[in-house]
Amino acid sequence: MPVEYQNILTISVYGSSLALILIGLYAVLIKKHLIKIVIGMSLVDAGLHLLFVAIGYIKGGTSPIFSPGYEDKANAMVDPVPQALVLTAIVIGFAVTAVALSLVIRLHKHHGTANIDEIKSLKW
Amino acid sequence: MKKFFVITLLAVLGFYLASTFCYMPFGENRMGAPVDEQTVGAYYLNQTAEVSQVSNVITAIVVNYRGFDTLGEVTVLFLASAGLASILYRRKEEDEEEVERLNQPSSSLLQTGSKFLFPLVVLLGIYVFIHGHLTPGGGFQGGAIIATGFLLMLIAYKKYHVSHGMLTWVESLAGILFVTIGIWGLVTGGTFLENSFLPKGTLNSLISGGAIPIIYIAVGFKVAAELTGVLDILLNTKDPIKK
Amino acid sequence: MMLVYIGAIALLALLLVFVALYAIRQKDLLYAVLATGVVSLILSLVFLLLQAPDVALTEAAIGIALTTIVFVITIRNTSRYENENTQSKINTKKSE
Repeated sequence: MPVEYQNILTISVYGSSLALILIGLYAVLIKKHLIKIVIGMSLVDAGLHLLFVAIGYIKGGTSPIFSPGYEDKANAMVDPVPQALVLTAIVIGFAVTAVALSLVIRLHKHHGTANIDEIKSLKW
Repeated sequence: MKKFFVITLLAVLGFYLASTFCYMPFGENRMGAPVDEQTVGAYYLNQTAEVSQVSNVITAIVVNYRGFDTLGEVTVLFLASAGLASILYRRKEEDEEEVERLNQPSSSLLQTGSKFLFPLVVLLGIYVFIHGHLTPGGGFQGGAIIATGFLLMLIAYKKYHVSHGMLTWVESLAGILFVTIGIWGLVTGGTFLENSFLPKGTLNSLISGGAIPIIYIAVGFKVAAELTGVLDILLNTKDPIKK
Repeated sequence: MMLVYIGAIALLALLLVFVALYAIRQKDLLYAVLATGVVSLILSLVFLLLQAPDVALTEAAIGIALTTIVFVITIRNTSRYENENTQSKINTKKSE
């Protein structure tokens, strides 16, 4: 593809994954409600997965599956290693989110609020 | 004041990360041709069709070449399910009734529809993880689809009950099957999870790839049982502060 | 054909940023977790266009249904609005 189209794709895909990571980090550092913090962690995961798969893309490549009729197309396939890593990472990201939310439920049962300012100021 | 510092930190981080991407143009071929085998990806693409006889390269990587990481991932899911159950555990007192999942009965459209859709969703999930080595799919996707089918039934009916004993049995037997196949490969081949003791069929047929479909079926059942257990525990918690 | 393909990837990747901004600025937490589900949906489409069908299936099966339902169960057991005095403001506005 011509150079300016490659520039468009570089800026939009890498830029949007970087923006997702920074937006998620902002939510983890600034927001006060516990559920908003966990939403921020989930957005950081999404940005990282997009970054991984975008690094493994090859121009003009096809998906790495040897369907009947495509058995000799090994020269034109995209890189399969980042996709295998992202598959594991998505499942583990969901497990971490589920355990974090169970901790949020437990904290709300104990203190009566889910705001980290008020939880920090309660004494034992 | 805190906001100013955080935005400065994020701007510096974003600048340095973005300047790294100038050295990695989008779509550049960093893998090399598969016949040269200069990188790991090229080696996997070259070896999968001839040696392992499996159509889906991602399945071969996740189960065969990096099978130990999949064992670790299944262990992490098991730990998450056990940890969640222990965090949300409450001892039942004497005058406490059963937790009501719904405040009022759901509409008859939802009840009839979910009773009709539940076997179809479970069938779709089983299809996805049996054909994991031929089409995109596999154990994790099929397990998540089956857990969504159980979630539909749990939401629609007040009296639907999933027995935790059965879930524990399915999960344990599937995990034992995975480790047994690995140890059998160690005994006959020389390394853990070696794919050498079952005959590899022809490419693109249902029975192909040695022990790869068997491992993925075990992983599919295990993931389905774990995710259903997580959803069942979460749906049955009750907050004592609000009504 | 190539132009449509490139335009689709760029447009969807830009749409992700706007939905993520809506997700963290919304005070009503139910809308925020729905926006997180929409981020997963658009991400699954982008994975398919980047020639990764296995990853697209996994993100669609786990990110859209299961993550959203776990968040909604947590909202049911804690509060719905981000600061609790927002609810009293909405209630008094309705009663006027």
